[in-house]
Amino acid sequence: MSSSVQATGEGRAIAAPARPRVSLEVLLLRLRAYIALIVLAVLFAVLSPSFLTTGNLIILTKQVAINAILGIGMTFVILGGGIDLSVGSIVGLCGMVAGWLISDGLVLPMFGIAVFFKVWIVMLLTALVGVGVGVVNGLLVTRFAVTPFIATLGTLYVARGAALLLSGGATFPNLVGHPSLKNTGFPTLGAGSALGLPYPIWVMVVLAAVSAFVARKTPFGRQVYAIGGNEKAAALAGVRVARVKLLTYVISGFCAAVVGLIITSQLVAAHPATGGSFELNAIAVVVLGGTSLTGGRGTIGGTIIGAFVIGVLFNGMVLLGVSEFWQTVIKGAVIVVAVIVDQLQQRMQQAALAKSPT
Amino acid sequence: MPPSNRPAKSLEPLLRAEGVTKRYPGTLALDGVDFNIYPGAVNVLIGENGAGKSTLMKILAGVEQPSGGRLMLHGRAVELESPRDALRQGIAIIYQELNLFPNLSVAENVFMARERTSAVGTVRHAEQEEVVRSLMARLEQDIHPATLVEDLRIGQQQLVEIARALAQDVSVLIMDEPTSALSTAEAEILLRLVEDLTAHGVAVIYISHKLDECLRIGDHFTVLRDGKLVAEAPADQVTLDWIVETMAGRSQAELFPRSNHAVGAPLLEVHDLTLPRAHGDGFLVDRVSFTLRAGEIVGVYGLMGAGRTELLECLFGMQPFASGTVRIAGFELRDESIAERIQSGLAFVTEDRQKLGLVQSMSVAENITLASLRLMRRGPVLSRPKERERVGAMIQSLAIKTSRPDQPVTSLSGGNQQKVVIARSLLTAPKVLLMDEPTRGIDIGAKADVFRIMCDLARDGVAVLFVSSELKEVVAMADRALVMARGRITADLPREHITESALAAAAVAGIDAVPSPVHAHV
Repeated sequence: MSSSVQATGEGRAIAAPARPRVSLEVLLLRLRAYIALIVLAVLFAVLSPSFLTTGNLIILTKQVAINAILGIGMTFVILGGGIDLSVGSIVGLCGMVAGWLISDGLVLPMFGIAVFFKVWIVMLLTALVGVGVGVVNGLLVTRFAVTPFIATLGTLYVARGAALLLSGGATFPNLVGHPSLKNTGFPTLGAGSALGLPYPIWVMVVLAAVSAFVARKTPFGRQVYAIGGNEKAAALAGVRVARVKLLTYVISGFCAAVVGLIITSQLVAAHPATGGSFELNAIAVVVLGGTSLTGGRGTIGGTIIGAFVIGVLFNGMVLLGVSEFWQTVIKGAVIVVAVIVDQLQQRMQQAALAKSPT
Repeated sequence: MPPSNRPAKSLEPLLRAEGVTKRYPGTLALDGVDFNIYPGAVNVLIGENGAGKSTLMKILAGVEQPSGGRLMLHGRAVELESPRDALRQGIAIIYQELNLFPNLSVAENVFMARERTSAVGTVRHAEQEEVVRSLMARLEQDIHPATLVEDLRIGQQQLVEIARALAQDVSVLIMDEPTSALSTAEAEILLRLVEDLTAHGVAVIYISHKLDECLRIGDHFTVLRDGKLVAEAPADQVTLDWIVETMAGRSQAELFPRSNHAVGAPLLEVHDLTLPRAHGDGFLVDRVSFTLRAGEIVGVYGLMGAGRTELLECLFGMQPFASGTVRIAGFELRDESIAERIQSGLAFVTEDRQKLGLVQSMSVAENITLASLRLMRRGPVLSRPKERERVGAMIQSLAIKTSRPDQPVTSLSGGNQQKVVIARSLLTAPKVLLMDEPTRGIDIGAKADVFRIMCDLARDGVAVLFVSSELKEVVAMADRALVMARGRITADLPREHITESALAAAAVAGIDAVPSPVHAHV
């Protein structure tokens, strides 16, 4: 993906031979997420000598990856005019499913056996669970016409409850597997690295690249934007609205499952409360990245930048010893300010448009 | 009542718009318009769709602010920053569309944002309901003030809207198509009320497509065309012919191209198409059968509520409860989705461009290609060159005025937005094109372009079915005209028999049970 955080989404269209003159204010506003990111980075680099060290930057990016991956899935849902509150619970449920499959195996009481899988099959099954919850969300929204907020609020509780039921509320500890069961190697996803970068960062990079491509370059992506912009008009243009919307929830569920796997692997343990309120972080980075909560406008690139802004802010505040309580206050303020600025940009662009009729 | 019987009106306007200009992105909706509003008189404002009437009213009501010019009230310049502001100055508006809260009672609607409150701030319901009761008596309606608005018929809701305006002291009352949803009896009540108001010195601004109504009650006539003032006259100088002439203002030959070409094989065959009303009684579309041939342009005329839009919606698969058979080029449609219908050669241009046509957040190009993304692919990926090529060709052939294809679609004028919606349909290479009021709300130049596009398509063998409320349009454009009334086709007129009087007669043919004034469409 290229260029700026396009809150207006206009950069998604066909290459412009001659862009009209953009005023400096509008340009600055459009690039605000980058500017915020750079300003924060410079600020913390000056204030804390340890900020710009490779070690810290890698830790920072690893933390960013969690929010970024959730944010990618959330971006599709929000672009399509929906919202997915269930992602935090899916993270928890999927972590528990992975933990359960590794430590207890797939227990089949009617046969009195437990089946243990290789790690990659465990991961695949876990991802399928995330996808399954996404399908449920999608069907609730499209087939049963439940508003997205309520539908995913319901699955938020159901998935969390299911995570607790899986172990009776207990943790699955020490998920290293056993050589005799041929299911070792699970911690590699969280702890391993390639070319000096931990795997979670690679996962983020790959998912971001694929998603940005899908959003900008495929009919599916275009149709998501269309549905978020005007669902009725999209339907009349022959867009299969139900199918496309369902797919956005599936993508979100899949991304949440991936995060569940990463966190569980990092901790080498699965706890049913993992992922609590992650959905709010995901929504925050999407909004911070300039995606409109009403749908139709936004980019994957913006979401990634949004995740980095939050990540840098937190990392920097930790290095400076800002209290955790103040961190929370500041996070809230940053999100609200970001949306205010977004509104400001839209108003200025519309005003500019009104002045120059074609 | 002839105008001479009216009391003498003062010659000083109460409210005056001076050189008012309103610019929207891409459009000049009003161009230096002067408009005089006299007290104690019915000030009739006339113009075709898109002439700028509604915009001017929104400015007078404080909903929109003018880009240029000023408003003079009692000889002093005023700025109306909000509807509340306008109301404080005594200017109230009754909108064409209902602006009521269906979930609240009649009394709560009437006093919305102006609640009568006690010393501690609670609403004095009894007092409000008392006022509403007397307003309803004045409107000759037996409606209890505590009734929920959603439980009222549309005509009654319109009267509630009027009561809302009457509940305050107004010196200027704007009525935008107030009788369009009313029955004949209700319309009579309204017209009597207007006379009563003017007798009490209120300046009424009256907008209606029903020219007979305007001629009956109007004292001063102002005519807008393409956002400009074209004529102003007192009632005794106004005739129906004068209105028609000043409103249209352009020779018809210029507007309506005609071409003679052979008509081919049947492309659309409709048999016994029926759509029951949602609540059981009667039909919105009632056993409609007709055939449309290649190269034919068929107009569908009828009054509001005759079932014309519903007919198109049934054909396009938007009405799940429709029954009957529809064949496209011999292929019978059953439960096909909209997407499948598009693939089988059907295309639909909606009458509601903003709600159902455009995706406002997208660019011109993205809007044009939305229905045919399949054709823009290379493998699974959208091909930018393909898209650019197709969009460029459409922009050129439909003469869409846009500086760049990636411009936001909202920056175009209404006419060009309409062409974008048409372009989207044409890119799917339809065999049958359904158009619902294709020229609604667009300027005259764009209208001529739309007619030219229709002719070009017909020449290329497309069957075009267009719905219109404008008699002239149907007379000039249609090779054949179907007239609908009460869900039925009441006339199927070949070209040589299409006249305004034949269309108008057939449009009321099914409605003899409740006679209603004939629309004098222009």
